[in-house]
Amino acid sequence: MEKPLTGRMRLGEGPVDLDAYEKAGGYAALRKALLRMTPEELIQLVKDANLRGRGGAGFPAGVKWSSAPTGVDSPRPKYVVADADEMEPGTFKDRFLMEGDPHQLIEGVILTSYAIQAEIAYVFIRWEYTRARRLLEQTIAEAYRKNYAGSSILGTRYSLEVRLHVSAGRYIAGEASSMLNALEGGRAVPRPRDPLPTISGLWGKPTVTHNVETLCNVPHIVSNGAAWFKSLGRTQDAGTKIYGVSGKVKRPGAWELPMGVTVREILEEHAGGMRDGLTLRGFLPGGASTDFLTEQHLDTPMDFESIQKAGSRLGTGGIVALDDRTCPVGMAHNLITFFARESCGWCTPCREGLPWSAEILAALEKGEGSPGDLEILEDQCRLLGPGNTFCPLAPGAVEPLQSALKYFREDFERHIREKRCPWK
Amino acid sequence: MVTIYVDNMPYQVREGQNLLVACLSLGFDIPHFCWHPALHSVGSCRLCAVKIFRDENDTRGRIFMSCMTPATEGVRISINDPEARHFRASVIEWLMLNHPHDCPVCDEGGECHLQDMTVMTGHVYRRTRKKKRTYSNQNLGPFINHEMNRCIQCYRCVRFYRDYAGGRDLDVFGVHSRVYFGRLEEGALENEFSGNLVEICPTGVFTDKTFKKRYTRKWDLQTAPSICVHCGLGCNTIAGERYGTLRRILNRYNGQVNGYFLCDRGRFGYDFLNSDRRVREPLAKTGQGSGSTALEPISADEALSRLVDIVQNSSRVIGIGSPRTPLEANFALRDLVGEENFSSGMAQAEQDLVSLIVHILREGPAPSASLRELESADAALILGEDLTNTAPMMALYLRQSVRRKPMAVVNELRIPGWLDAAVRGAVQGNKGPLFIAAPIAAGLDDVATETYHAAPDDIARLGFAVAHELDTQAPAVVDLPADRHALAVRIAAALREAERPVVVSGTSSMSPAVIQAAANVAWALHSRGRQVTLSFVAPECNSLGVALMEGRSLEDAIEMAERGQVDTVVTLENDLFARAPRDLVDRLRASCRNFVVIDHCLTGTAEVADLVLPAAAFAESQGTLVNNEGRAQRSYRVFPAPDPIGESRRWLSKAVMARARGRTEEWESFDDLVTRMRQALPVFQPVSNLAPSADARIVGRKIARQPHRCSGRTAMLANVSMREPPPPRDADSPLSFSMEGFQGISPPPLNPRYWAPGWNSAQSLNKFQEEIAGPLRGGDPGQRLIEPRDNGGREYFNAIPVAFSPSDDEWLILPSYHIFGSEELSALSPAIAERIPSAYVAIGEEDADLLGMSEGMLARVEIAGAAESLPARIVADLPRGVALLPKGLERLKGLAIPVRARIGKAVQAEKS
Amino acid sequence: MILTREEQRHSTLSEEVRSEMLAAVAACERKRGAALDVLLIAKRYYGWISDEMLRELAVILEMSPAELDSVATFYNQIYRKPIGRHVILVCDSVSCWIMGYDLVRVRLTARLGINLGQTTPDGRFTLLPIQCLGACDQAPAMMVDGELFVNLDATTIDEIIQRYP
Ligand SMILES: Cc1cc2nc3c(=O)[nH]c(=O)nc-3n(C[C@H](O)[C@H](O)[C@H](O)COP(=O)(O)O)c2cc1C
Ligand code: SF4
Ligand code: FES
Repeated sequence: MEKPLTGRMRLGEGPVDLDAYEKAGGYAALRKALLRMTPEELIQLVKDANLRGRGGAGFPAGVKWSSAPTGVDSPRPKYVVADADEMEPGTFKDRFLMEGDPHQLIEGVILTSYAIQAEIAYVFIRWEYTRARRLLEQTIAEAYRKNYAGSSILGTRYSLEVRLHVSAGRYIAGEASSMLNALEGGRAVPRPRDPLPTISGLWGKPTVTHNVETLCNVPHIVSNGAAWFKSLGRTQDAGTKIYGVSGKVKRPGAWELPMGVTVREILEEHAGGMRDGLTLRGFLPGGASTDFLTEQHLDTPMDFESIQKAGSRLGTGGIVALDDRTCPVGMAHNLITFFARESCGWCTPCREGLPWSAEILAALEKGEGSPGDLEILEDQCRLLGPGNTFCPLAPGAVEPLQSALKYFREDFERHIREKRCPWK
Repeated sequence: MVTIYVDNMPYQVREGQNLLVACLSLGFDIPHFCWHPALHSVGSCRLCAVKIFRDENDTRGRIFMSCMTPATEGVRISINDPEARHFRASVIEWLMLNHPHDCPVCDEGGECHLQDMTVMTGHVYRRTRKKKRTYSNQNLGPFINHEMNRCIQCYRCVRFYRDYAGGRDLDVFGVHSRVYFGRLEEGALENEFSGNLVEICPTGVFTDKTFKKRYTRKWDLQTAPSICVHCGLGCNTIAGERYGTLRRILNRYNGQVNGYFLCDRGRFGYDFLNSDRRVREPLAKTGQGSGSTALEPISADEALSRLVDIVQNSSRVIGIGSPRTPLEANFALRDLVGEENFSSGMAQAEQDLVSLIVHILREGPAPSASLRELESADAALILGEDLTNTAPMMALYLRQSVRRKPMAVVNELRIPGWLDAAVRGAVQGNKGPLFIAAPIAAGLDDVATETYHAAPDDIARLGFAVAHELDTQAPAVVDLPADRHALAVRIAAALREAERPVVVSGTSSMSPAVIQAAANVAWALHSRGRQVTLSFVAPECNSLGVALMEGRSLEDAIEMAERGQVDTVVTLENDLFARAPRDLVDRLRASCRNFVVIDHCLTGTAEVADLVLPAAAFAESQGTLVNNEGRAQRSYRVFPAPDPIGESRRWLSKAVMARARGRTEEWESFDDLVTRMRQALPVFQPVSNLAPSADARIVGRKIARQPHRCSGRTAMLANVSMREPPPPRDADSPLSFSMEGFQGISPPPLNPRYWAPGWNSAQSLNKFQEEIAGPLRGGDPGQRLIEPRDNGGREYFNAIPVAFSPSDDEWLILPSYHIFGSEELSALSPAIAERIPSAYVAIGEEDADLLGMSEGMLARVEIAGAAESLPARIVADLPRGVALLPKGLERLKGLAIPVRARIGKAVQAEKS
Repeated sequence: MILTREEQRHSTLSEEVRSEMLAAVAACERKRGAALDVLLIAKRYYGWISDEMLRELAVILEMSPAELDSVATFYNQIYRKPIGRHVILVCDSVSCWIMGYDLVRVRLTARLGINLGQTTPDGRFTLLPIQCLGACDQAPAMMVDGELFVNLDATTIDEIIQRYP
């Protein structure tokens, strides 16, 4: 099984350093692209490879790149921003990638920048990722030293400034448009969907933003080609994916596996199945903002389409397992509380609806639920759906709640009926 | 135009506007909070949700925010769709989770946008058991009351205060469901437009603190259309009264003038009308002549007979008019004393400046800009004005104008102009050309491209040089230093590039050369085919109006009196001590037998009169004011002043009758007076078209000044009499002092309030406009009296002053202006008084070093022999050799500024 | 190195700090763009941002203090109130919650004698909740002064506390 993203990492050996990275073929893709490919060819290649965003939405990267203006009279500077603000509960893949092989990310950033002819690239990283921050600082400095970044990269006419921006906490700051406001030194409130950041992004200039994992794939596509990349996936989605599993499984962790492996394979083979004495009741397939699925979905391939068909989203690929000794109402409560706290406070439904829902769930947990509460919760889930709120935070927030109400309804009703949490 | 379908009916709307605006303009009710016509769309409140359908066959549709969606050809929307209605009601439900629901004790109750929207969406039932969140409030100074618990987080306050008005001390703090709108710490809101928060805030977070002191529900207020009297811009206002006191001022939209906003001086300056400085009964010196006896109250009859007596026994009467009172009163005085004996009430220097402005606007070819037009200027040059303090609303609109040019990028990127966050994201902080040349840093400096701080002569020279750069026919400034020349070149280049540049100047620098330079620049731009406008700051609410009457200056009148040909002087609503040096006024006083003052406040001038007649102030009188643009506008009585207070023109009418020895007067009524004025002074022809005449009726009825829900009429005076008195009659206008009468949408000049069924708040305005933010239905009120002559044959001014040269022992004293303090009437309002700075003398850093002075140290300022000691303010950019004294402060009244003065350290002994 | 509360009270920006901030400002497209960099530099040296310091930082950024505070109060890693010598961030997000966040919280609050959001009276620790630390596979997790601790249980918590005098 090919593991382009993690293949260079060695367990217990610390991060792949520059030397090891280069020895294993690192920066060859950069050399190849800058010396032998036009930006247009690079964009076409990534389009052909069908690289879809790994940050949650699955948007095709090549399409995003080609929506940025090109040509001599396009607005300048153009920007590329790597979104390393990873804060989605249940997700730890980007930390894994950055702590394991930081040069891979930087090479991806530079390649992407070259493709859209950006002048400035940022890695936008959360404050709490202290280790990754230190590593990236060093990595960027090394890239400059080797002239992979900076002026006239590798003797070409292409120059790029690479900067590390440390954010100051807030899940919403990882949402692409909020991230731009954060980078401008403002409150990380989202921007309207139009115009696209590739038209008017950071400081009003064309900006391409990507998740860390997405960017890490780029060097490999350049090195090995679109066909190779597509061949990695088991289903129609191309490449590999870092899947993670947390919760009460035997071996929680993260693994690079082909796109489209089944949930069962991930949970049972790689994570070792549930801990002894526990059974699986359900799982969030791709982080806290995805709908619950249950054991009936275990054979669903973990790719964008299949998981969507099953009624959820691939999201970040961070699976959170719910076992039979953990209260689904409590879990829903924890999730909604998280989202309520991380709401930016800009739009009414999210700012007010999530705390209200959290309050109702808290009441259920305390045994103070009353008939009608579930109807209010269901109503909130519908009302906070896509398009109704300003940004996708709230629609994501209600996904686990709405599916919990569907799959674990009896548990909710018991809370009301018995006026207590049966797990406590 | 495009066709949109609203609940299956086709409508034609302008393309590209958003659906909320389109639907409101069509007359539909779509609830909304965060959208505001001047602040545009941000999509935060989510209340304006409607369903949009892909095509006729789409029955499910999707919810969209109408404020965030452009009106495109064929778009099908439903306002009434059940899902959309449920969503909107849910938005209110969410907001009501935490709203304290304290309407009965809330100042906003009865005119609350939140109340209106709650009713409109139909949300009625509370389903939550949640505790409400609470906040602590801040003391925000004398104008604005703060009650954060009522906040619904629509972000309008910060979007207005910070993004629109440029305020930097109010912001949003915190995150998620705990966002707080306020200041970093308690203290008065610094921005000059803070009062607009009262109308911007859709609920009771920011309310009018001065109103709170004498609170009345909106539905109990008697209101009428009024014009602000606190500067020369003529903003339209709605003034409200109950129990004989004026309670508050609200904005009255005029698409050409003030739009949606007012400045704080205009909003909170009204309270002088209720102050104890009011003259509420006639006063007279009991002794004869100008003896030292004090003024004592006399009866109205007595006052009248004295007036008649004086008029009948005077061979020659001089009338001193006033730039702060309407045309009609001034004209009545002129009619009484005769053209020859009428003074405008302005000192010579000021009269010259105002007349120069009139001359320039008449000669053309550059017309004067309306206030609102300033917003769409794409380049501006300001010569010699600190607009924030001399004509605040001009500053507000010029602040918007700097976005005009950078907005080009928005069009290129095809971002709709109303998509506020996207526009701001694309424009960033980029600003179009705005150049300011003024003695000191002015309120707009933060958005200026470049500023130049200099003495008026040097400002004028810069202006002349700019004009020459634009058109070599304009005279050149030969000995201009290289850096100044380079600046002129840059300014000229920026103006030349613009399509609609504006040149702003005015009387504040007290320099004709500055005004002439502004004219030259505008004319030069015109010669280059630019659609250039001029905008001049006039000092007072009717400066241009009296100037058009072409009376004598104050000095002229005094000289005439001194020549001994005069036995009586009648001064109309004018404090001469504020305009001329004390000795001059004293001389005037000494030169006549009878000194009569008609005024509403006991000014210094009234104090030395023989007879003081109590005049009605603005909200108690009807009249026409001419603003800086040359626009005549009508102001109506809100309530009749209690006897024996009378409108000035009433007192004058009595005097005229006496002079005519009892013959019935030709201008007993207001409309007759206007007719007579038009005959005597043809420039005022359009004044009779300003509004329907007194006999106009709507469906047979007068327009009611009181809303139909006005309460307590039978009880209001029950302590006086059990019988309900008939409402006072108003013979001068088509408005009634009662709730009887027409209650619908009245002709704009007569419209007493904004109210429409379902819309109790100020937002009901949308029902009064032809289209959102466009003209009022029936046209924006006001008529321009001054237009440039056809193919104006102007010749450039060529009296270029020599460069200002500072001397080591004398300083050029100029006025500095303060929005609070420099205007005499508003200064009498207690809330404004709290914000008036104490007197000071401002000097530059270099001069401070020279004099060995530091901030706050007492300086001795010696003007024409008299000395004042004042604390020094050290101002970084003030040019060498120039010092400033604050205009209008009680202590510094009557200085003939500009003047040369000696400045030195005050002797320490004075401190004890 | 975080200053004591007493030291914090009297601190104004040292030259070193100021020049670091000015460099951050110079590196940014617009001055205000460096707001978070400057706030985080201040955090690194002083732990929290007092009103006085906020004013100083605002001057550097050419913002008003209110504008800067609007930004500062949005983010949870900027502290506008005094903090202890050490800041404990306990992850309370879903994976940690499943794996025993409640026990961690109970242990910490019992050991430190404070609740979440509070500082010990001796100024040693401030205890704050934090969203997912990206250590879900090693839950429950917490962070002390930027150092990550995983697979927590009662004993490890006690041990960790000992390490921060
Ligand atoms: C509330 C919210 C938080 C998000 N946080 C992150 C994040 O921390 N990291 C990330 O890469 N994407 C995050 N996203 C997704 C981004 O908005 C965006 O879709 C993604 O970064 C695009 O990159 P991709 O095309 O490479 O997936 C978030 C989205 C939302 C709505
Ligand atoms: S859904 Fe609304 S309040 Fe929530 S994070 Fe997005 S914009 Fe902010
Ligand atoms: S008015 Fe449209 S979202 Fe607020």
